[in-house]
Amino acid sequence: MSSAQLLRHMGSNQPTTGCRRLLPPEPWAPAGLAAHLQRHGALVHHPSSDAWRAATFGEIERAGLVGRGGAAFPTVRKLRALLAHRGRPFVIANGTEGEPASMKDRVLLARSPNLVLDGAALAASLVGAGEIIMVVHRDVRDSVDAALAERRRIRLDSTKFRVVTAADGFVAGEASAVVNWVGRGAPIPLGKAPRMTERGLQGRPTLVQNVETLAHLGLVGRHGAEWFRQVGTADEPGTMLVTLAGSVVRRGVFEVAIGARTSHVLELAGGPSEPIQALLIGGYFGTWVPSPAALSLPFSASGLGVGLGAGLVVALPAARCGVLETAQLVRYLASQSAGQCGPCKFGLPAIAEQLELLAAAMPVRFDDLTRWVDEIEGRGACGHPDGVARHIRSALDVFGDEVSEHLVGRCSASEKRASLPLPTCEPL
Amino acid sequence: MKSSVVLRIDRIACDGRGTCGEFLPELIELDDWGYPIIADGPVPRGLERLALAAVEMCPKMALQLRANEDDTRSGSESTEELR
Repeated sequence: MSSAQLLRHMGSNQPTTGCRRLLPPEPWAPAGLAAHLQRHGALVHHPSSDAWRAATFGEIERAGLVGRGGAAFPTVRKLRALLAHRGRPFVIANGTEGEPASMKDRVLLARSPNLVLDGAALAASLVGAGEIIMVVHRDVRDSVDAALAERRRIRLDSTKFRVVTAADGFVAGEASAVVNWVGRGAPIPLGKAPRMTERGLQGRPTLVQNVETLAHLGLVGRHGAEWFRQVGTADEPGTMLVTLAGSVVRRGVFEVAIGARTSHVLELAGGPSEPIQALLIGGYFGTWVPSPAALSLPFSASGLGVGLGAGLVVALPAARCGVLETAQLVRYLASQSAGQCGPCKFGLPAIAEQLELLAAAMPVRFDDLTRWVDEIEGRGACGHPDGVARHIRSALDVFGDEVSEHLVGRCSASEKRASLPLPTCEPL
Repeated sequence: MKSSVVLRIDRIACDGRGTCGEFLPELIELDDWGYPIIADGPVPRGLERLALAAVEMCPKMALQLRANEDDTRSGSESTEELR
């Protein structure tokens, strides 16, 4: 992707719903260190002070920061998990962004690389890491390299940084796949046990943290928990970056206060560009929620009743066929299996094939389809089959009426092509 | 009466020969591609011997018997390593 294309994805925020913590104000100035320090001030570490570490852990815990890469795992628990194991830890900042329609990690690393680097440095000080590895999408490699060069010039960081260009592919961003990519050049998951926090890169405890999470950490380290909680809801504090895609006027990345009305979130992108029937929330592992019901709900996991995942929101037009969209998405996700585990390797293509028949309103083994979806869950070394199963269940539920139409050979969509953005389906 | 062991499978090592399902159909069902679907929970007392036989017969050494750890570590932590 060219930088011009990347820039087009950098949407513009408006007040109230939008809230600029991570992204600099517009017009976007060059993301240099001087501007960064002027805006945020310096982040002071005292890695050798137990009192400073205890106080900082306390602030992170009270802030209630959770991972912004998709799993929403409490950041403080992951940080503390590293301390329980032997060996000098590594910190890996995960900017792989394998989620096809998501742009937020790239926009963040292009616009505020120093905030991510601050957070990574803070995490390294807290867990005593000897090295930080920035795994970043190739589109923003230059931005990260330039930011690090500037920091080295003034010897800002005491921990060593290394930059690795991320691997392609949907599963490449999974924590163990990132460790496997850095360690052995193979971007495929290693399995659920042991945890990376226990034995990761080179067998040492490894913190794999999404870059947006680290950027928030860089701010919590400066301003503390109370400041962090001034925005967002009590249960889901802070802001998050969202990628607004599909049928909205201006697709792009926006920073929103969690809990803002969902319609207001969409308005950051100029609102829907045509009548919409559903929103895909979270990512391609995400969940469909029907519209307009979703529009009046708070944009939060508890408000929408679904996980916000990596912050992707895709608006699906009313004129399109939800069954067809699902079939295409699942075919893509099947192509992205690492092919290591049988239920994923064989189950996903079989499921995709039945969904394609269903989408074409042709005879389909519907009972087998739903049984396979149930059976693949929990039977992979990573969460890939689980994510696909979750997506399909929500699609069969939200597009239930349309599924019934297709089962009797009809399709009610006026526009027979799929609309969701997908990369070319190439197996890994 | 439940025993204190559970069956665990290394999904990456497993290549779907289906031996385990033949040895222990009480606890292991095979999916349409021959890969095991293991019943939840600990191995019932009377089936421990058969479970051990199934483990020993796995040509890929993908099936294991493990001590049944308390479930205090499961729950939300299971999603920790997902991205």
